[in-house]
Amino acid sequence: MEFDIKKVAELARLNLKPEEQAKLEKDLSAILDYVKKLEKLDTSKVEPTSHVLDMENVFRADEVKPSDAADKALKHAPQADGRFFKVPKIVQRD
Amino acid sequence: MADLCSLTLKEAIEAAKKDGPGPLIDAFAKRAQAVNPKLNAFLRFDPSKIENGKGAPLYGVPISIKDNICIDGREVTCASKILEKHVPPYNATVIEKLKTAGATLFSQCNMDEFAFGSSCETSAFGPCKNPWDLMRVPGGSSGGSAASVAADMTVAALGSDTGGSIRQPAALCGVVGVKPTYGRVSRYGLIAFGSSFDQIGPFAKTVEDAAILMNIISGHDPKDSTSSPEKMPDLTQALKRDVKGLKIGLPKEYFIEGIDPEVEKSVRAAAEIYKKLGAEIKQVSLPHTEHSVAVYYIVAVAEASSNLGRFDGVEYGLRVPTKDLREMYFETRDRGFGREAKRRILLGTFVLSAGYYEAYYLKGQKVRTLIRQDFEKAFKEVDVILSPTSPTPAFKIGEKAADPIAMYLSDIFTIPANLAGIPAMSVPCGFTSGGLPIGLQLMARPFDEATMLRAAYSFEQETGIYKKKPKLD
Repeated sequence: MEFDIKKVAELARLNLKPEEQAKLEKDLSAILDYVKKLEKLDTSKVEPTSHVLDMENVFRADEVKPSDAADKALKHAPQADGRFFKVPKIVQRD
Repeated sequence: MADLCSLTLKEAIEAAKKDGPGPLIDAFAKRAQAVNPKLNAFLRFDPSKIENGKGAPLYGVPISIKDNICIDGREVTCASKILEKHVPPYNATVIEKLKTAGATLFSQCNMDEFAFGSSCETSAFGPCKNPWDLMRVPGGSSGGSAASVAADMTVAALGSDTGGSIRQPAALCGVVGVKPTYGRVSRYGLIAFGSSFDQIGPFAKTVEDAAILMNIISGHDPKDSTSSPEKMPDLTQALKRDVKGLKIGLPKEYFIEGIDPEVEKSVRAAAEIYKKLGAEIKQVSLPHTEHSVAVYYIVAVAEASSNLGRFDGVEYGLRVPTKDLREMYFETRDRGFGREAKRRILLGTFVLSAGYYEAYYLKGQKVRTLIRQDFEKAFKEVDVILSPTSPTPAFKIGEKAADPIAMYLSDIFTIPANLAGIPAMSVPCGFTSGGLPIGLQLMARPFDEATMLRAAYSFEQETGIYKKKPKLD
């Protein structure tokens, strides 16, 4: 199975080290060849299963409840500024 | 003091009631300190303060937790560098339930990175070892939970099961492991791998102990929209030595080439024991079994790649400093994730990507339906399905590490229950000539854990196999 690992890695936001790229490419091709055997099955009249429970649209009341999770999360953030997570610049000026 | 460590949960509850939990905690702390350097089953060891005293059902007894379940204020890593030093700001629902029941949250258990593996070898903090043979794997992904229960380092433990991650290590370590029906136990606070498969469940020394823990951790949770409102019976009431008239199915597709002859012999002998006890043994067919691993490695990795998108260095865990945001994502994920995590993220991203979605992901979901229907048909004829848990006993560390497909195939008997969402468990059923434990898998209809546990209990009490312990001293 042809597999453009560079493109998929880009989509997955993963840098791959050159030494691991070849091995991963080989593994993934082998796995895709393995799962290809599903093609033999006729599923034209089969509904897909995305979920096994017979439940849909589970709602709960949208109520305000006390929580200190935000404070704790900010305390352990890689970088925070007041009530915000701080990240590097999004757009670089040339 | 070694005696205290070999107590069952039932006995430990009584001991704590009588003498307080102090002696119990001290004994386990000593045992864990002595044994953990050999096994690497615990990543962190930090017994919590007991919040509920005498009278609480688990008063003080030490329960250990797989390191993908969040405990407020305690580091959780998923055995990954990307989460090292991450401190979650809330408790998982199962943790709240254990605390309310008075349990001591004892240690946090080693696992495959993000639960991606069947051997505990992909942990970023070194592999966990099998207490029955230190050269062998404990199974995975909940290897640390299984090994620590087998080695008397904790009374019981929680793990999670996406494709066999409770049952396979339970089998390889010779303990009881239960994967509840999907929706039975809240996933709130379990760091997600495959959201339509994941279930938290107990590891214990006996079936009764597993039932005690199931009673405590199960039930509807408004914080998990996939948690079922189905009523939970008292499972300890189901534990009767009675399988008369119970219909037990042996799926013919589970006794295939590649299965270890000693495993097959042991499981067939178990079927004979059930027959002797009055159960009716029938052959059943689950014709799509051979496709389960392929379906799983499409659908579960798709869910995983999506779930792991959140690890980007912004809000928690590792961040590699870079000059711009985009580079930060790539660098952080490169350095944070191990090879198996990368493999699955890439595979999941691929099967969900434009042009391949229908051929892989949608196809996988459709075959998942066929596998569910296999079980629906089989459960019209039988009450319980019996099979080996794993095709082989514990394999050697490194033996399958280089070949992902060989590793994935070690879950061939456990994956179908996750695809169908049904309850399943592993119970010890014997040993190989080399002294390695063998596990028997029992599967039941959705929400019928009671029948499954009754069948397991009857077998366990009849054979007494669980009494044998590994020699570590």
